[in-house]
Amino acid sequence: MQTNETYDDHVIRLFLMAASIWGIVGMTIGTYAGAQLAWPALNFDIPWLTFSRLRPDHTFGVIFAFGGSALIGTCYYVIQRTGHTRLAFPRLANLTFWGWQLACVLTMITVPLGYTQSKEYAEAEWPIDLLITVVWVAIGVVFFGTLARRRIQHIYVAAWYYGAFIIAVGLLHVVNNLVVPVSLTKSYPIYSGVVDAMVQWWYGHNAVAFFLTAGFLGMMYYFVPRQAQQPLWSYRFSIVNFWALISVYMWAGSHHLMYSALPDWVQGVGMVFSLVLLMPSWGSAANGLFTFNGSWQRVKNDPAAKFMVLALVFYAASTFEGSMMAIKTVNALSHDTDWTIAHVHSGSIGWVAMITIGSLYAMAPRVLGREAMHSHGAMEAHFWLHTTGVLLYVLSMWAAGVTEGLMWRATNPDGSLVYPFIDSLMTIRPLYVVRALGGVFMVTGMLCMAWNLWHTAADARRSPVRPVPVPEPAHDSPVAAAAAG
Amino acid sequence: MARGYRYFEAIEKRAAILGFGIAIMASLGGLAEITPLFVHASTVRAPADIKPYDPLRLAGKDIYVREGCYLCHTQMIRALRAETERYGHYSVAEESVYDRPQLWGSKRTGPDLARVGGKYSDEWQRLHLLDPRKVVPQSNMPAYPWLEHEPIDASDIMARMRTLRTLGDGYSDADIAAAPEALQGKTALDALVAYLQGMGTHLPASYTAAAGGNGDQP
Repeated sequence: MQTNETYDDHVIRLFLMAASIWGIVGMTIGTYAGAQLAWPALNFDIPWLTFSRLRPDHTFGVIFAFGGSALIGTCYYVIQRTGHTRLAFPRLANLTFWGWQLACVLTMITVPLGYTQSKEYAEAEWPIDLLITVVWVAIGVVFFGTLARRRIQHIYVAAWYYGAFIIAVGLLHVVNNLVVPVSLTKSYPIYSGVVDAMVQWWYGHNAVAFFLTAGFLGMMYYFVPRQAQQPLWSYRFSIVNFWALISVYMWAGSHHLMYSALPDWVQGVGMVFSLVLLMPSWGSAANGLFTFNGSWQRVKNDPAAKFMVLALVFYAASTFEGSMMAIKTVNALSHDTDWTIAHVHSGSIGWVAMITIGSLYAMAPRVLGREAMHSHGAMEAHFWLHTTGVLLYVLSMWAAGVTEGLMWRATNPDGSLVYPFIDSLMTIRPLYVVRALGGVFMVTGMLCMAWNLWHTAADARRSPVRPVPVPEPAHDSPVAAAAAG
Repeated sequence: MARGYRYFEAIEKRAAILGFGIAIMASLGGLAEITPLFVHASTVRAPADIKPYDPLRLAGKDIYVREGCYLCHTQMIRALRAETERYGHYSVAEESVYDRPQLWGSKRTGPDLARVGGKYSDEWQRLHLLDPRKVVPQSNMPAYPWLEHEPIDASDIMARMRTLRTLGDGYSDADIAAAPEALQGKTALDALVAYLQGMGTHLPASYTAAAGGNGDQP
C-alpha cells in the first residue's frame, strides 16, 4: 500500500553535500592549526592564519558546519521515514538549509578576522547569533510540523533525541549569548566573572550533550537498526536511557571548573552527576552494539556498519573517560592539559564523526536514487584512513596530556618544582607532530568520501532523482516502523 | 509490556507532551546551578581595591580576546599546591568581577597568566609578543608583529566603556571623557602589555594574609 505522497529528499541532498564539504574544510583547518603547535612559523605572521584565531574556526567548522549540516539533514530524513510522512513546510526547510549555510560561512570568515565573543564553541558575534536563532526556530517548526502530520502515531526513539537536540540547543544558544552590543562587531556579555564561567560551561558542556550526543544518538537509533537490518536490541531500555541522559547531562557542566573560583558545592554537584551520567551513556552504547547481535557478519562486509560499530565503541570509551576526568583528583591532573584535547577528540572524531560518516554512507544512496555507494573500496579505504588518524591523534594527545600533568606537579623533596613550564612543552613537542599526521590521515579519508559521493550523485546530476513514495503504514509499532524505514 | 509502560506510551504518542517533558527535564540542572550564583553575585560587591579596567587596559583585554590568547593561556590558578607554587596565590572570584567575558580558559599550551603582571619587564613583554623565540628560543607561541603599528581608536573604547556602564561597571563621565588622553599615541601592543602587566596584581587584602607560593617559577 502506498499513499500518494513522496518523501522530500531534495533538502536532504543539499545537507549531505554541505556536510561532506564542511567536513573537509573543518578538519583541514584543524590539521593546519595543530601543525602550528609543532611548527609555529607556519602562520607566516598573517593574523587570520594564526593558531589562536583559527582554533575556534576549526571547532565551529567541524561541530556546527559539518556536524550541524549532517544532523539537520539526517533529522529531516529520519523524521519523514519514521512518521511515514512528507516533510512539513518544504520551502521553509529549504530556507533552513540556506540560512544555516549562511551562518556557517559568516562565522567561518569573521572569527579568524578577530570578531569573536571568545566564548568557547559560541564565538560568533551577536548578529550571527541572531541569524542562528531565527534559523533554529525554523528548524523546530519544520521538525514539529512534520511530527504533527505523521501517519504513525507512535514517535520513534530517534525522533525523541532529535527533538531534544532542537529544544535544548535553542535554549542553550539563547541563554549563553545574551550580550549588549557596542557595535555590529563587538559586544559584552551580561554575565561577568564566576557567573559567566558557569553559564559558559553550562553551555559548553551541554553543547556536547545535546548537539554532539543527543543529536548523534538520534542518528544512531535510526541508522544502526537500519544497517543491522533488525530491530533495536531493547526499546524499553532506550526509554530509560533517554530520560536519564537529558535530565542528568545539564547538571554536569561545572566539572569544567574544578578547583577554580567557582563555589565548591557546584563543583561537587557537577562531579556527582558526571558519574551518574556514565549509566545512560553506556546504556545507549550497549543498546546500539547489541542491535548487531546475530548480524555481526554484516560488519565484515559493510563499511557503513563498521563505522557505526567503532563509533559506538568510541562513544562508550569517551563517556567512561569523561566521567573519570570529572572526579576531582583525576581532574587535578588532566585539566588544562592535552588530555582534555585527547578526550574531546575521542568523542568527536571517534564517536561523532564515525556515526556521521556511517549514517551518510547508509543514507546517500537512498536519497540519490542508487542501489549502493559508487565505490565499496573507497569506503573501506576511508574507514582505515579515519581509524588510523583517530588512533594517532588520540594516543599521542593522551601521552602528551599525562606527561604535562605529571611534569607540572612534580616537586623536589624540599617542595620546590622540578620542571620549568617550557620543559613540558619541549617534551611533548614530537607528539604534536604525530597529532598533525593523524589529521592528515583523516582529511585524506574525508576526501575519499567526497569523491565517492560525487560519483554516487552522477545520475542525480544528469536527471532528477525519482522521488521515493511514502508507504501506507501497516502497523503502529515504532520498532517495526524503524526496521521498515 | 509492563503496566508502567502505559505512561510512557502516552508521552510517545503525543509530540506536545514529549516536547514539554524534554524542555522541563533539560532545564532543571541549569536552573539549580546558575540561579544561586546569580543571587549570590548580586549581593556581593566588588572589593574597593578592584576597579573596572582603565581605558588602555580595557583596550588590551579586548585585544587579548580578539587574538585568542585565552585558547592557550589560562587565567585561573587552581587551589592546588603545585599551581600556587608555580604561579602564586590561587585565583579568587573577586578578581574577575569586571571580566566580560571571563577569560579563565581551559588549556595551557603556555603557562597560566592570572598573576603574570609585573613578573617580566614591559620591554620583555613587547619583544616576546613581537617574536617569542627571541626571548624564549624553545617557545611555540605565534608571533604577533601586527600589533606594533596598530593604533587604538579612542572613540571605540569610549563606546565600549559606555556599554559596560549600562551593565553596571562603575565608570564615571569623567573616566570616559579622559579616555582619549590616556590612549593618545598608544598602539595595540602598548594596550596588550598594559593589560598583561596589571594582571593579578589586585588580590583583595583579605587573602594576602593567607600563605601561598611565591610564584617566582618561570
